[in-house]
Amino acid sequence: MSFPHRNLLGIEPLEPAEILMILDTADALREILDRPIKKVPALRGKTVINLFYEPSTRTRSSFEIAERVLSADSLSIATAASSVSKGETLLDTARNLEAMNPDMVVMRHASSGAPHMLARHCSFSVVNAGDGAHEHPTQALLDALTMRQKKGRLQGLRVAIVGDILHSRVARSNLWLLTKLGASVVLAGPPTLIPPGLERLAQVTHRIDEAVEGADVVMMLRIQLERMAGGFFATTREYHRVFGLTAERVRRAKKDVLVMHPGPMNRGVEIASEVADGPYSVILDQVTNGVAVRMAVLYLLLGGSAEAAT
Amino acid sequence: MSRLLVKGGRVLDPSQGVDAALDVLLADGKVEKLGKRLAARGAEVIEADGLVVCPGFIDIHTHLREPGHEDKETIASGTRAAAAGGFTAVCAMPNTDPVNDTAGITRAIVERARSEGVTRVYPIGAITRGQNGEELSEFGDLQQAGCVAFSDDGKPVASARMMRRALEYARTFSVVLIDHCEEATLAERACMNEGPVATLLGLCGAPAAGEAIMVERDVLLAELTGGRVHIAHVSAAASLDAVRRGKARGVKVTAEVTPHHLFLTDAVVRESGYDTSTKMNPPLRSESDRVAVLEGLRDGTIDCIATDHAPHTVDDKHVEYDQAAFGIVGLETAVPLCLDRLVGPGVVALPQLVALFSTNPARVLGLPGGTLVPGSPADVTLLDLAKRGTVDPARFASRSRNTPFGGWTLRGWPAVTIVGGRVAWKAS
Repeated sequence: MSFPHRNLLGIEPLEPAEILMILDTADALREILDRPIKKVPALRGKTVINLFYEPSTRTRSSFEIAERVLSADSLSIATAASSVSKGETLLDTARNLEAMNPDMVVMRHASSGAPHMLARHCSFSVVNAGDGAHEHPTQALLDALTMRQKKGRLQGLRVAIVGDILHSRVARSNLWLLTKLGASVVLAGPPTLIPPGLERLAQVTHRIDEAVEGADVVMMLRIQLERMAGGFFATTREYHRVFGLTAERVRRAKKDVLVMHPGPMNRGVEIASEVADGPYSVILDQVTNGVAVRMAVLYLLLGGSAEAAT
Repeated sequence: MSRLLVKGGRVLDPSQGVDAALDVLLADGKVEKLGKRLAARGAEVIEADGLVVCPGFIDIHTHLREPGHEDKETIASGTRAAAAGGFTAVCAMPNTDPVNDTAGITRAIVERARSEGVTRVYPIGAITRGQNGEELSEFGDLQQAGCVAFSDDGKPVASARMMRRALEYARTFSVVLIDHCEEATLAERACMNEGPVATLLGLCGAPAAGEAIMVERDVLLAELTGGRVHIAHVSAAASLDAVRRGKARGVKVTAEVTPHHLFLTDAVVRESGYDTSTKMNPPLRSESDRVAVLEGLRDGTIDCIATDHAPHTVDDKHVEYDQAAFGIVGLETAVPLCLDRLVGPGVVALPQLVALFSTNPARVLGLPGGTLVPGSPADVTLLDLAKRGTVDPARFASRSRNTPFGGWTLRGWPAVTIVGGRVAWKAS
């Protein structure tokens, strides 16, 4: 069975079976990363452009490694060094890239919906590597892969997502993915950082203890320090005290709880170092799984079939 | 002596309660008389069989963009679009470049409209110089040069003290202030309505309360000063409520609504996949807001329908959603949309719709027209209620194409637009 979409713009448009197809493919491809020679010819002759309008360490290097392992020809464009700094519009940049006939563009952009515009106007496949506060689908996929690995399932898990939900594309993608696959999600954060309308999709609370209680997974979100100036919370000190994940709070969760964080972390703000580095933390497993998930996405979107990978 | 006889139509003039099969004779730019089987006697004849003959439609909220943004629209193209949409007059908002805040600029607009416009153009002057919210513009001078009202549209007067003074000062000249109500600090970075849709799209939203706060303020200030305020493009249920309560107390407040706030909600931003033709200010609101505004239109809280015609080039719109310009064109879609969606299903009776487009806007701003009483301007809009057509932005007379209504098939279209006794536009 081949993947029925040309683009990966978000988790929202995907059917549960399609999400599982990506996860199964990632499971199958991950083994390649343990080989002495980490390279297969699956995407030989395919050209992938990584177009990053926002700084990124993890996501970009993860895509680049995935592309190389699968033998795609890839190049990365960071906007500071491109004609974007000369005032070129996104569409002009995209059409110029299109004229070079790439098979895929992986894009990160600060504007929600930017990859949708690209997909509408260009013939290459578009992978959303994070658009504004909208979606970050490969992050949710790697999170789900990690949960499934450690817990053996997603169905029925209680997952707490804690912190700045308002500005988080990770939270939105995870919310879609987890609810589509039968997990129950509880969102927690100060009311200033939880936008309206989420009650229809998840349990919403403003008490972290309530969210962590009995959780199988606690996912902490990065709190950006500039939000303090915007009046979203008072001080990082108080934020940590009221919403930070401390070792004491982790004890409210299930005994085998997983602690996750999409990174980069603010130690001592949303998460205490002893938790981030502690026994429940799977934060580095997330990063490893990121490569596998991106390999699966590249492979499936560029025409590979799930059976061939397994 | 130019004479035009509009023959055989159904004359619908809410200003005098007329709804009858009558002929209308226009002579020397004025309505001469209404009557049965009037003799042509050398007059040019417009056959109006099967058409509805109304007082000329007036759009009290148009952005003509000239001077300064002629790439988006000019007085010539904007008035051609108005005529093609059934309007015989438009009121031009002052956020041009330079801003219409001095009599010289007003005179230039009036002069250009006289030489190149195909409909009447009534300029609206800025409340404050440069729309900067700090110093009053010269209302008297501007009025003498042709301004019919004052507004800092798009950059609403933030200071309550300045708005209070403006309302008081305007009483000297018996003019209305039109306010685009938006509490700016609640709308920072916003590009759509705040609510569940914005949450899912990850777009920054402006809450409906940000509009209602300013409507409440303006109603209270109008009450305090005895001045007259007109609330532009009401989009929120709470704003409508403020207007309704103000009217009940006898405050001199009037209000308009746009067709897009009557027929669309913020859901289309999601359905269209971030299509920037769904981006305007005020933004499309929730379904409960839309229903409330529609109810306000039916119960008379809303005085008129205005387009907020806001032309933008492809370059202004063909960018990321949060970077795109606010606004959509409306002159060539407003009337067919309202005929199809309001009159067609019986939500609003035809005479009431005609009043919302003609008699009421004339009354709100104290303009000539909006009536077919003998002696009034020979401005007439003819409607073909049976005609079915599809909105095709490629064929707009406007220089701009930014509309979310492209491809909509609608029943009921303007047929002929007569301005000052001359045919300004006729459906092909």
